[in-house]
Amino acid sequence: MTVQPHIRISQAGKVFSSGDREVVALEDINLSIASGEFICLLGPSGCGKSTLLNAVAGFSLPTTGEILVDGNPVQSPGPDRGMVFQEYALFPWMTVEKNIAFGLEIQKQPKAQIKEKVDALLKMLNLQDFRDRYPKDLSGGMRQRVAIARVLALDSPIMLMDDPFGALDSLTRRNLQDELLRIWMEFKKTIIFVTHSIEESIYLADRIVVMTYRPGTIKKDVSVTMPHPRDPSSAEFNDLKKELSLLVMEEQSRHHQEEIKTPAAD
Amino acid sequence: MKNSFREKIVGNLQGFLVPIAVLAVWQWLSSHAIVNPQILPTPTAVLAKWWEYLMPMEAYNAAKSGYLAWIFSGELIRDAYSSLYRVVVGFLVGASMALPLGLMMGANDRIYQLFNPLIQVLRPIPPIAFIPLSILWFGLGNPPAIFLIVIGAFFPILMNTIAGVRHVDSIYIRAARSLGASQTMMFLRVILPAATPYILTGARIGVGTAFIVVIVAEMIAVNNGLGYRILEAREFFWSDKIIAGMFSIGLLGLAIDTGMNRLNNYLLKWHRGIESK
Ligand SMILES: Nc1ncnc2c1ncn2[C@@H]1O[C@H](COP(=O)(O)OP(=O)(O)O)[C@@H](O)[C@H]1O
Ligand SMILES: [Mg+2]
Repeated sequence: MTVQPHIRISQAGKVFSSGDREVVALEDINLSIASGEFICLLGPSGCGKSTLLNAVAGFSLPTTGEILVDGNPVQSPGPDRGMVFQEYALFPWMTVEKNIAFGLEIQKQPKAQIKEKVDALLKMLNLQDFRDRYPKDLSGGMRQRVAIARVLALDSPIMLMDDPFGALDSLTRRNLQDELLRIWMEFKKTIIFVTHSIEESIYLADRIVVMTYRPGTIKKDVSVTMPHPRDPSSAEFNDLKKELSLLVMEEQSRHHQEEIKTPAAD
Repeated sequence: MKNSFREKIVGNLQGFLVPIAVLAVWQWLSSHAIVNPQILPTPTAVLAKWWEYLMPMEAYNAAKSGYLAWIFSGELIRDAYSSLYRVVVGFLVGASMALPLGLMMGANDRIYQLFNPLIQVLRPIPPIAFIPLSILWFGLGNPPAIFLIVIGAFFPILMNTIAGVRHVDSIYIRAARSLGASQTMMFLRVILPAATPYILTGARIGVGTAFIVVIVAEMIAVNNGLGYRILEAREFFWSDKIIAGMFSIGLLGLAIDTGMNRLNNYLLKWHRGIESK
């Protein structure tokens, strides 16, 4: 029954047209992701990372090309691809417990089973004391833990994460990165993780896909072979960081140029 | 700790300063016959009248009725009950029509386009302007009054429900879709709760309008209730009873608003704007 999830993106392109303006957000993206891989999409803001992630999630399909998950074209969002948003997107009217249980309630799982799963997740993510709290009472880090637990509850083989730790302070961020790595190793998830932090991508990923700015294409696909836990002060880490910085800076400055040419953009 | 307790008491006492001053000036004006007491009776006279209005008219007779029934047999209690009854029935009928229609109009553009033109035409008509028609259609008594209250409550709830559904943050919809929510789940567990702050605001405005409308309706179409009573008192030049009735209306309005506020805080305890205490 365990079909290996395998994501295949072929010749995917996405054009946003609003009125007379057309933005080529993605162009000719080709990417194969093996089951259990941890991929980071890296690039300056506006280079199409979210657009690509949303296409895999099924929120906004590519205008050309196709995306296959286990050989089936992506047509709509679904619980096989759990999504973690930067804005947490917890339901503020539900307690922590209810937020985590919601996906399971949608699947009409038996109450006892839901409770068991939620209990385990609360424990795993150190959320026991917050079970009956509402999201407004939680810190950003805690909220993102709940959002991760909500996705884990579904047992989705694929986790899509759109800059999930971008709004957190650096200490909380590191904590959650370590926790995510632990979860990834324990549950053998396939993770596509969007970030604009070079360091974060090196700390986490098996593969870093650097994207270009308008049109969004793949500039470079870098494998990271350092074993976990990775030491950000090591020479190897910093060499890679330098290499990636150059690539990202190029795109960043193109972004800049573009903005000078067309000040009305964005 | 102690200090803040004292500050609180002082603060509360301060709240009484202006009302007491107003009462004192009023008492002085009317007791020194500077103003004709026929026009402005003294506060003490108003209070006495209010007490008389509140208390049962007949002496207690165990053979005729129970004690509780007797205590609540005063004219004021019966009037307040009649007014409140109309507000509650009219509000519930209005809300039970506005809520589903608003949810449908907010969620579905086709339904919105179908109903919106008619609503835009009817909405600016003040409920009061429906009085002649309501009497023509329903005669006198409760039916026309309740009809007017239904109209008064309907539009604020409708408009706010539509706005509430339309303003649901798309991130919640996206999160729910990726969790696999069906249409029904999306509606009941996401859109409806997300829209409750708006809906409750609409309900609060609706109750307020209903309360205005009930007083006016009672002055015209019914022969009991708080609105009727103060108009009746005018015919006998009972200015003390008019003022006592007005204060009773104010107190009832305050009670309704406090009740709505409590309900609001309870239902929105998850909401950011409200302290969770
Ligand atoms: N809904 C949309 N309509 C028009 N343009 C869009 C839309 N979404 C994104 N874009 C454009 O597509 C490009 C890529 O956006 P996005 O994927 O959000 O970038 P990133 O996530 O890398 O910051 C940007 O130039 C952005 O302005
Ligand atoms: Mg983005």
